[in-house]
Amino acid sequence: MQNKKIQRINKQMEYNAYVKQKIPKPNYIKNCFWAFIVGGGISAVGQGIHNIFKETGFNREDAATITAIILIFFGAFLTGLGVYDRIGKSAGAGSIVPITGFANSIVSPAMEFKREGFIFGVGGKMFALAGPVLVYGFSSSVIVGLLYYFFRR
Amino acid sequence: MARKKIGKQTVKLQQPPSIVSTASTVGPKEGKGPLSHYFDIILTDDLYGENSWELAESKMLRETIRAAIQRADKNIVDIEYLLSGDLLNQLMAASFAARDLDIPFFGLYGACSTMSESLSLGAMLIDGGYANHVAAATSSHFSSAERQFRFPLELGNQRPLTAQWTVTGAGAAILAARGDGPYISHVTTGKVIDLGIKDANNMGAAMAPAAANTMVAHFEDTGFMPEDYDLIATGDLGAIGKEIAEEIVFDKGYNISKVFNDCGLLIFDNRVQDTHAGGSGCGCSASVFCGYIYKEMMEGRLNKVLLISTGALLSSTSALQGQSIPCIAHAVTITNILKH
Repeated sequence: MQNKKIQRINKQMEYNAYVKQKIPKPNYIKNCFWAFIVGGGISAVGQGIHNIFKETGFNREDAATITAIILIFFGAFLTGLGVYDRIGKSAGAGSIVPITGFANSIVSPAMEFKREGFIFGVGGKMFALAGPVLVYGFSSSVIVGLLYYFFRR
Repeated sequence: MARKKIGKQTVKLQQPPSIVSTASTVGPKEGKGPLSHYFDIILTDDLYGENSWELAESKMLRETIRAAIQRADKNIVDIEYLLSGDLLNQLMAASFAARDLDIPFFGLYGACSTMSESLSLGAMLIDGGYANHVAAATSSHFSSAERQFRFPLELGNQRPLTAQWTVTGAGAAILAARGDGPYISHVTTGKVIDLGIKDANNMGAAMAPAAANTMVAHFEDTGFMPEDYDLIATGDLGAIGKEIAEEIVFDKGYNISKVFNDCGLLIFDNRVQDTHAGGSGCGCSASVFCGYIYKEMMEGRLNKVLLISTGALLSSTSALQGQSIPCIAHAVTITNILKH
């Protein structure tokens, strides 16, 4: 019995190794290039917006908040137009990591599950992808806050 | 006594049922692929006038079954059994199609292997003397499968190169006790095989061992050789899975390279249509068989075909629980010529 199980695991490992060498390699240079251009582009636009609001008399923190709001709006808007998934196809992490990607991860399930109604569809599924980010983001901020409270004060 | 059983996994039908008609429907993307002129209905809108992807898929399946029945010069009441399935939870597309059709219904789940599963069981029902006319039909829809198994459509993520594209399509075949062919002469039922692949974006590699296993069992049970066939078509192994299956079968002593192809590679032009490793889904082998293969057989350009639809029996729950992907493949021999 034990022997058979070991044999099976060996066979699976052997097959996995064999499959691995069959998998085509993605074009890393092209992917990195587009991630850099799009990710950098979104960040540059964000910095531009930030600078404009700072010039017009807002303080640093308010300008940052306004910038986040505007970028989130555009992320959601482009998702609604069906453009953001096309950007994401070439840009990869370049359009997932910035705050616009976070907006995309909330708006896309909300759109997808509209047909299941506004309560259990949109409401229930909206945070299906962003939920884990929020849960662990909030949790780590609480932990860091507690550590700061006890050790740095 | 199982008089019709030969070998370990194969049934030789004594009075091979005839496939008297087929019908196929595909979505807009499939309609732009290399097989477009073989399909009967090409949708211009993949919502098909419905309110949701699931209802659109169900309508596609229902209308395809109706078209096949009409082509066989039959009425709904003449069909004694409907064997049908799809990829959705609780077989939503098939059950809802059956709700409107008023035909005694067996719902089948074999993931993407359902087309050859339904042909297998339909042929056995007829040869067993339980029915004269049976409809075998399956469907899949890109958008309903994406939301069931993957991510929302508008999410900006990248698909890996091993990923396949679920075909929006349906196929239906009417089997009859009497007819002029093509006939279903042999049925080889697959076993569930799992070689430990966990990557749901690499279904081809997960399913290839199952396809190879069924193929080898078929050759051993029937004594057929690859040369006996004009075409051996797997359901949706895609580029990577096809290569692996061919190598495994070669290691077992059968060289299928000359006649082997995959429905997932036939339906799309991967380079132009950005479908990565190829098409997948129940609708892939269903529409390619009911469209391309059946019509080529009727024209006499193909005379003996082994259809092996391949299914990955994972669920979104099993994937989250870290399980590997169990796979299955069923083979049916479809031939124009009957040897007595």
